[in-house]
This record gives sequence, C-alpha cells and structure tokens, in this order.
Amino acid sequence: MTANNIKITPELVAEHGLKADEYKRLLDLIGREPTLTELGIFSAMWNEHCSYKSSKVHLRTLPTKGPHVIQGPGENAGVIDIGDGLACVFKMESHNHPSYIEPYQGAATGVGGILRDVFTMGARPIACLNALSFGAPGHPKTRHLVGGVVAGIGGYGNSFGVPTVGGSVRFHARYDGNCLVNAMAVGIAEKDKIFYAAASGVGMPIVYLGSKTGRDGIHGASMASAEFDDDSDEKRPTVQVGDPFAEKLLLEACLEIMHKGCVIAIQDMGAAGLTSSATEMGAKGDLGVTLDLDKVPCREENMTAYEMMLSESQERMLMVLKPEKEKEAEAIFRKWGLDFAVIGETNASKRFVVRHKGEVMADLPIKELGDSAPEYKRPFVSAAKLLVIDADDVKAQAGIADALEWLLATPDLCSKRWVWEQYDHIIGGNTVQRPGGDAAVVRVEEGPKGLALTTDVTPRYCEADPFEGGKQAVAECWRNLTAVGATPLAITDNLNFGNPERPEIMGQFVGAVRGIGEACKVLDFPVVSGNVSLYNETNGKAILPTPSIGGVGLIDDFTKSATLAFKREGETILLVGETTGWLGQSMYMRELCSREEGAPPPVDLIEERENGDFVRALILDGTATAVHDLSDGGLAVAMAEMAMAGSVGAKLDDAPDDIPAHAFWFGEDQARYLMTVPAAKAKAVIDRARNASVLVSRIGTTGGDTLVLPGERAIPLAALHDKFEGWLPGYMAGEPPAVV
Amino acid sequence: MKAAVVVFPGINRERDMARTLKLVSGVEPAMVWHADTQLPAGTDLVVIPGGFSYGDYLRCGAIAARAPIMDAVRAHAGKGGLTLGVCNGFQILCEAGLLPGVLMRNAQLRFICRDVYLKVERSDTPFTRGYNAGQVIRVPVAHGEGNYIADGETIARLEGEGRVIFRYASPDGMIDPNWNHNGAINGIAGIVSERGNVLGMMPHPENHVEAAIGRTDGRGLFAGLADALKRAA
Repeated sequence: MTANNIKITPELVAEHGLKADEYKRLLDLIGREPTLTELGIFSAMWNEHCSYKSSKVHLRTLPTKGPHVIQGPGENAGVIDIGDGLACVFKMESHNHPSYIEPYQGAATGVGGILRDVFTMGARPIACLNALSFGAPGHPKTRHLVGGVVAGIGGYGNSFGVPTVGGSVRFHARYDGNCLVNAMAVGIAEKDKIFYAAASGVGMPIVYLGSKTGRDGIHGASMASAEFDDDSDEKRPTVQVGDPFAEKLLLEACLEIMHKGCVIAIQDMGAAGLTSSATEMGAKGDLGVTLDLDKVPCREENMTAYEMMLSESQERMLMVLKPEKEKEAEAIFRKWGLDFAVIGETNASKRFVVRHKGEVMADLPIKELGDSAPEYKRPFVSAAKLLVIDADDVKAQAGIADALEWLLATPDLCSKRWVWEQYDHIIGGNTVQRPGGDAAVVRVEEGPKGLALTTDVTPRYCEADPFEGGKQAVAECWRNLTAVGATPLAITDNLNFGNPERPEIMGQFVGAVRGIGEACKVLDFPVVSGNVSLYNETNGKAILPTPSIGGVGLIDDFTKSATLAFKREGETILLVGETTGWLGQSMYMRELCSREEGAPPPVDLIEERENGDFVRALILDGTATAVHDLSDGGLAVAMAEMAMAGSVGAKLDDAPDDIPAHAFWFGEDQARYLMTVPAAKAKAVIDRARNASVLVSRIGTTGGDTLVLPGERAIPLAALHDKFEGWLPGYMAGEPPAVV
Repeated sequence: MKAAVVVFPGINRERDMARTLKLVSGVEPAMVWHADTQLPAGTDLVVIPGGFSYGDYLRCGAIAARAPIMDAVRAHAGKGGLTLGVCNGFQILCEAGLLPGVLMRNAQLRFICRDVYLKVERSDTPFTRGYNAGQVIRVPVAHGEGNYIADGETIARLEGEGRVIFRYASPDGMIDPNWNHNGAINGIAGIVSERGNVLGMMPHPENHVEAAIGRTDGRGLFAGLADALKRAA
C-alpha cells in the first residue's frame, strides 16, 4: 500500500465508490484534500451499505413505535419488551454478495455478524433463522451455492451453539447471478441491562476485543454496494473468514464483563470494521475519538492505517470501559484467551483522529462523517398495475390429485428437511416447535412464555405489485405467528433489491416500503430493526424484489401453541377466510402452466386481522387442534402438509361450484387458515365465527391414510410424503431438476 | 449425586447438560473450567458435554483431551468413578484414551440434527438401569462427526464383552443401515470402558427430558445414574 499523502486522483476516488459530487461534498466538509486513509474512511461510511443514502428517506416512513418497543431502528438490533423484566433483541441482515462469491464463508460470516449485533446489546442469542434465495435449479452454480451456504450457516451456528430454528428457501432464475442470504438472530436480555453504542465521558479508554485484525474483508461494504459482473469471482479476497469458536468465546467474555458492570458503551466491528464502530460510538455520544493504531492487535505484518481502518476481520468488538474496571475486564478476556488492547480514548473535541507510527493519518469531524453522508431522493417510476387474471382463463393442466403431487415435488414447495437437518435446531433445550411448521416456537428461559419466530416474503408478488407484495410479506409473517397461537409483536426487515439508480428498481423499493408500512400500521406490528441490500444485480439483471420480513410473536404459555399436524381421526376441518380462487401469480400457474402472470392476490388487512384474532383465540382456549396458514400452493398444498405432518389422512367435501376446481384448491387468496376442531365443537365454532363476521366453512373430515379430494383418486399419504421429501435430496445428490 | 460438568472453550451444550442434571437429580452440578487441575471434592459423576471444544480445530476433541483438567478426569475414571461423555464429550474421551476408537465424519459428509432411535443393549450398567434391555428410545443427534470406528480386534472385543450400550436402530429395534444416519460400524452409538464406568455416546439424551419440549426418553439415563449413585452412597 502506498503512502498516506498521495495525490487523490479522480480515478482513485472512483475506485473508492464515491461519485464526483460526493467527493465534492467531502472536500467542502473538510476544506482540504483528504489523505488516503481519510478517503478510505469516507468510502466506508458513505457507501450504500453503511449510509442507507438511497433508502433513508423512505425508511423514515415506516412505523417504528409501539407500547412494547424499547429500541427501534438505529442501534445494533431492535429491542422489545416481552414482560417479566425481559427483552427480546433481534435483527435480520443480508450477506448476499459475499455468499455468492464464497458461499461457505459468506454465509457463515453473515450468521456471525448478526449474532454479534444481538449480543453486543447484552442479549444471549437463543435462536437464529434465515431466508435464502437461490437461482434456478438448472443453473450450473445453484447446487454449489445451496450446498455451500447451508453448510456455512450450519457450520457457524452449530459451533457457536445457537439453535437455527426456522427459515425459508426459494429458487428462481432471477437469482442466478446473485443469491440472497438473509440471516436473523434473536436474543434475550434483562430489560434494564441493554447496552448501547453511545460513548459517554471524556478520557475513557476505548478497548479493542476479540480476534486480531488481518487484511480480510477490506472494502467488503463497498463491494456490497456495487453491482456484479462476470469478474466478480475476483472479489473473493474481500470475503471475510469466520471463526465461530472465537465468536463463542467473545460472547461469553462480553456477557461476563457486562454482567460485572464494566461496560459504558459497546459496538461490534461489522461492515467497515474499526472505522464504523469507532465513529459511531463517538458520534452517538457527542464525543471525539482518538485511536492509536500501533496498539491494534494485528495478525499480519506491516499493516497500514488504511488497511486497519477498512479491514472487516470478524469476531471483533470495540468498547468504552469504566476506567476503574479495566483490570477486571482484562482478566476476564485473558481467561477466555482473547485479545484485549486499549487502543484509544474519548475526548471533547468531536473529531475522529487516527494516529499510526507517530503520524496523524486521519483527522475528521466525527459527527459529520455519518450525519453528512449523502442522502438521495432518487427518481422512481412505478410499474403499471397488472391485470387481474380470471380463474376461468387459466386452463386446468391436470387432475387435482396429479397437480397436488406435482406441486409438492417442486423446488419451492417441497420439504426443506435436507437444509434444516444440517442446522442444530435443538441446542439450548428450548425448541418447542422445530423447523417445518408455520413458525418456530422457542421457550423463554424456564417458561411458560414462548417466542414464535418466522421469516417471510413472496418475491413474485413483490415483482408483480411491490405495494401489495410488501403488504403480503408482513401479513404472511403476522399470519404465521398467529397460526401457532402467538401474538405478533414486531418485525425486522431485510430489503433486497437491485440497482437504486434505475428508476424502475427504485419504484419497486418505494412501493414495497409503502406496502410494508401500511401492513405494519394496520396490524400493530412495528419495524424495530432492519437492513437494506441494494445493487443485487449481475450484468444489469436485477433479482426479484425481496423484502424479507422476520417476525417475533409472544405466547404466554408455550404449551398452548398449535402445530399444523392433524392430531386424530374424525375431526372437522374448517377453512377460515374468503376463497375466491385467485390464480394470478400462484404457484399453480407458475409450476403447471409456466405462466408468471397477473396481479398477485390483494391483502385485506382488516380481514387479515379479524381472521387472525379469531384463530388465535381458538388456539389459546384449546378448541383448535391443528392450525396452518394458507400461502404458496393454496388450500390443497396446506391440507397435504397437515396430513403428512400428522400421518392422518382426510376426506374433503365437494368444492363450491361457482369456482373452477383448480382455482379453489390451488388459488392463493390471502388471510386464510386451515384448522381442525373436534367434530362436536364444529357447529359452535362456525356460529362464533358468524358473530365475529369471520368466514368459516366446514370442508372435510380427518381420517384414514389417504387424502381424498372430491371426484379424485385417493392419494396415499406415503406417496405424498415421497414426493414432498424426495425432491431436494435428489437434486443435491446430482439428479437433474425436473421441468414441466 | 455430586456431578461435575467440565467446560472447555467452545463447548456449547454445558447449559443443557447442567439443566438436565438439576432437573432429574434435584442437585445443581459444579461447572469445572478446563484450566483447573482438580475436581470438586466428593465428585461422583464427571460429565463432558457436547459442543465444539477448541472449534474442533486439529481434530474433534484432540486439544481438549490434553487440557489441564483431564488428568483429574483420568484419575477419577481410573478409580472407577462414573464418567459420561456426550457428543464432543465422547470424542474427547476417545482422544484422551479413556475409550477406544474414533469418531469420523458422518458417512454422508454432512452435519445431521434429527431424532434417532437407539436400542438399549443392556440395562445392568449404572447408565442404563433406568431402561430395559432391548428397549428402543428416541433421542436427538446433532453432529458432523459421529461415525464410530475402531480396528477389527477392538470392535470384536467391544461386542464380545457387551460394551456396546446403545445402537442406532429402527423404531422397532432392528439394526438397519437405513436407520444409521452416520455410518457407524455395527450401528454403535455408545460404548463403555472395560470397567464399565466410562460411557461415551453421540446422541443427546439431555435434550429429551421434558414432555413439554417434546419427549422424555433421555430421562432414564440420568434418573438411572442418580439412583445408582444414591445406592452407592
């Protein structure tokens, strides 16, 4: 690396991802040409990933407050009150670009980063989830990416010792050049012992903790703020390498020194490493920060200030300690075999000063570094609304039974057991509902409280109508939490889109955020943390808009939570919500008709809420014996999942004659649930629904070992099971993906 | 029961194990740090829990097997003291020479977390007195390297001396490769030492002890141990 005081050329500026007008802004701010280290610092702070410069103006419109919200967006993670003096700390974050380049390490460090965000706030992680989007199964890279990403998520979480309890996996050609890896972590802390990033007090020691600094990940955040092209593989050296063992030690050491009252402020070194963490602590605390890089523990020789400031080496933390507790804290870190070094101190100057080998390498105004980052109101265009497809215009492609068997063996609807069996989902001894249901349920400490957790989004709906798609992502998340009996409390959003400099992509973003905001408002389901990932494009081809929603719900007594499995024979199957036979953008149309067309199903949020509240009440009073939300694949697919999970079959009544049969069984109308109740209680439930203005109809009875749809051959559960469980292991073992 | 749970850096199921020991025996176990050189006085059961000691670097259990506390564990086992190693604990006991054989990567080369069925081969050991011989129990596994192997002579000896205590089996107790998820030879899931006082096993009985969280099949092991120790006292 060259000297610090080289001439800053336009080329160098461009290499750092700064536009000409952004560089001018920098010059105006500091009133002179920056040093190389300073340029690096600005590039780290002002890239899209760290500054949210394209998204901020829209994110401000999201509802972030609520009676149980303790901390909304802006800290390492969101915090909500779950009663009994406890708080739930959670966030979801993307690691898309690194995972595409180096799937194992990219995914692993994504998990590591989000875990640090949670325990930085003083919480012990109790669960992880994820949302994964891969390219078409037939694309030559997909199998390798699936294998690597899943192994990486498992490799990190399993070793760290947190159960990975849920998630989602999808495939679509639009992710061919750009897979998505969104990781969510959830932790529990004492409500009055939450730790924040803001430093306080002048002359306080700033302490570096954790692993040593290397040259890995330099410019990682900048990479995440640019599009890909065919040479993206050359960026492999910017992907960091994870060490879950070091992170586990860091967790235990951090929680121990927090418990002993040593910590004033703490910030993990994630994207933009030392730069971002140090400036954030100072800026939030209205203080200046001086760093002495000679004291930074390095694992490579001759690292320059530039490299140290931009390294994204993993498993590192920065803290402001109480001076009188420094020795105690150091002893704890030494016990865990971790590095501990005082590398700077706070002062009243409000400047960010970096020294190395006796020289001042950077001297910048600390608040403006973050606050004066560019903010764009990028132009956007909203795509025209797509036509609503009449079910009568979609020709049935097969009998209902054949179509069901086919759908269960498609990449998006098949069982993801092959994936989640590679995640330790039971460590901790608190996993009440394992992966495979609507939401995972995890006991909180010794109970009886439980948390329900899920991640959801339907990207094809978002592509067809970003506003409705955004609403639907939140609504489905809310519905999945409700389906296990939990009261939905709050969400974290991970917004993955293409290049925001393209008005049509910005239009998707704006529409989806509006839809998310609308749904959050009506459902009282605020956003408390999140992450934006833009520039998910390769060679100008953008991903499907994918605003992943991670939701947390609370159930007062986890033993009352409902599962989707049919429990016994002779129970009445009830359908909750209105069925119109909406086939536009359905899995049926995509997988059987090869048509990705039409408007997606609209979400009536009031109906969503009323139907959900009705179902939840029936779960909590013990009336509902099995519950499942209806989503991809509609009624028939949900029914099959319930039958397979319980190893109990069902016989369905005749479908209504005003809707084509394939639209009735496979349409994807929203705000719907299937549930079973004891036959003797069915009438009372239907009466109760009528009084609550909720549509409930009896559609069949459980029993036998086959699924009998009206007018169709009986399908043995074993056959359904083979289809459902067979596709993914077969594909990963090298079998070619089937095509329609 | 005066249990001691040994904690190495990177071990991560120590809290699960401690909670189960407390739940079943009513007594909180002592947590013993790897750098210590002595077990608490009066320890009558040493437990090495699961996890990734030292990140599984070098070889699973290899570094932990050489930690300072292991001399005390060896001495305890050498005096006939009851010693239980689960998952990484089993790997550590093998690496420490307290049990024969080694745990290789799963045959399918993937980490696997799922419930499996175990046939309990004997009920006349302090670890299995809570079960009947031939009983099938359902407990979870969560490991990437649980594929037990040893040389032919050792396997023959283990089998001949009845030291295979748990075996992967079908739900009705048949030894069947389709129900052996990791490829372990003869479906071996757990073995005891020559004197019968040291048990190593890959599955996690400590995660199946509460009806509210799923099942209670693992409880018998801890209840049996508590009972055995009470009788000995």
